[in-house]
Amino acid sequence: MPTLTVNGRARTVAAEPDTPLLYVLRDELGLNGAKFGCGLGQCGACTVEVEGRAVLSCLTPIGVLEGRPVTTVEGLGSPEAPGPLQAAFIAENAAQCGYCIAGMVMRAHALLRENPHPGEDEIRAALRLNLCRCGTHMRILAAVRRAAGRPSPAAGGGS
Amino acid sequence: MRRRRIAVWLGAAVLAGVAGFGIAAWRSAIAPGGPAADEVAAEPVRRGAVLAALGYCASCHTAEGGRPYAGGRGVATPFGTIYSTNITPDPETGLGRYTLAAFARAMREGVDREGRHLYPAFPYTHYAGLTDDDIAALYAFTMTREPVRQAATPNALPAPLSWRPLIAGWKLLFAQAPAIPADPRRSPDWNRGAYLAEALSHCGACHSPRNLLGAEIRSKAYAGGEADGWWVPPLDRSSPSPLAWSEADLARYLAEWDPQHGGAAGPMRPVVDAHRTVPAGEIRAIAAYVATLYGPGAAGSRTGPVDRAVSGDDPALARGAATYAGACATCHESGGGAAGGVPYTTPSLGHRTTLRAPDPRNLILVLRDGIAPRDHVPGPIMPAYGTMLTPSQTTDLAAYLRARFSPDGPWPDLDGTVRRLMGGTTRSGARAEATR
Repeated sequence: MPTLTVNGRARTVAAEPDTPLLYVLRDELGLNGAKFGCGLGQCGACTVEVEGRAVLSCLTPIGVLEGRPVTTVEGLGSPEAPGPLQAAFIAENAAQCGYCIAGMVMRAHALLRENPHPGEDEIRAALRLNLCRCGTHMRILAAVRRAAGRPSPAAGGGS
Repeated sequence: MRRRRIAVWLGAAVLAGVAGFGIAAWRSAIAPGGPAADEVAAEPVRRGAVLAALGYCASCHTAEGGRPYAGGRGVATPFGTIYSTNITPDPETGLGRYTLAAFARAMREGVDREGRHLYPAFPYTHYAGLTDDDIAALYAFTMTREPVRQAATPNALPAPLSWRPLIAGWKLLFAQAPAIPADPRRSPDWNRGAYLAEALSHCGACHSPRNLLGAEIRSKAYAGGEADGWWVPPLDRSSPSPLAWSEADLARYLAEWDPQHGGAAGPMRPVVDAHRTVPAGEIRAIAAYVATLYGPGAAGSRTGPVDRAVSGDDPALARGAATYAGACATCHESGGGAAGGVPYTTPSLGHRTTLRAPDPRNLILVLRDGIAPRDHVPGPIMPAYGTMLTPSQTTDLAAYLRARFSPDGPWPDLDGTVRRLMGGTTRSGARAEATR
């Protein structure tokens, strides 16, 4: 039986090696933060971290995760004690329906690990492939800027 | 005494050679000037816009994220990196002081206004075949772009290649106007396509092999080449494509995507993107010409798509099969975009020339980087697997794809190629973890 390391804990799961990680997280491990959006790697709602880098869990078969730590949004904090990035999302009211937010948080988290002080272009480039159907991208960007300790671009400055 | 006389003669011969070469290499400056009003009238500007798209000027003369036509994109060659120049009409750093005569000389002879020889990364050996009218239209278009002040990035070339008069010697050996086939028995489309492909679109610059001095080998035109580290498929009968390429297939592929052959990736992607603004008739003309390069009878020699059972006894292939099932099959076994499956997928990966290539570079590069979507237009998208798969997992997946979708046997040095292209075993994620 495959063993995964998720949020620092070793977990033995029953699924076959070709099962996408997203199904294992949600159905076997009860970690429902990562969402099923398109199932085709095109929306980013299922984004988690593997070895600190953002991956799309809907297209990641668990067979490739032997010995490689997985972090999900649950690994960054809890409702009682949110992590700094989660707190920034809350402070900026970044969620509307919230479906994309776990993926957004994980994509941003992976960015900030590699580059703690990204520029505006770097933030936008990193989040480019994560979609929000409510259209709260501006608040999501503000949350990432807040977590990165960057001021918001001057109001009325255009894009 | 005799030896000294020989030395004197030798010295004189060398001096004469250097002087002769100097004279041959020396080109005069053309006096600064600019376009006359009628040279930048609306009609030639409009025509020039289409021609510039078909010459893919912007794909080399625009840096990643840079201003259009302002240059600065590095073109990696086996000799070093050559940076494209600013071709906006800025007088200080661009073409602002070029007259039509200076522009025409640069395009056809590879000599700038000041008289300096230009490196043949700029495909003037093709543009030498352009008509006067088309040169004038390209001039009209170029001189009416937004001027951008941006000095050229110095080339990263070792001495003596950095010494431009040497290019004159290269030109003596290799620069000749392209042979543009003209055949009255063929359709006007075909004849138009021959002109576009050979002179303007410079297809052979990537699709032909080059010699040790970087010149296209004319006797092996369209036998395949290299661009930006990608394998460039042959367009002649040696093409390993599993399917024949009809004129209609090529026209669809060049305009957007073909449901049987798939779409472009890598350095061919900007070519297809540029075609968005080109009238369909011009694309059809190029397709009519290129379809005949494959040669008579080539269609019958194609194997058709291959999809073979792969034994699960080999543990590496079994691992590759599991990765394929979890990571690839959702899209690539959906039946193909034309049959209601995931858009922009072929019926199976057995349709793709990539898996029939002589080496695995293109597969690994597309797995590593994916295919980024374009803004505001529909088109293919593929996630980048470079963060998800380790090099050895990529090797297993590539070996499985090759075994299943090609009859040609395993790729030589697959694992070495994967490690070279995926940066060995040090993963940036692991580095980030270590520095936390």
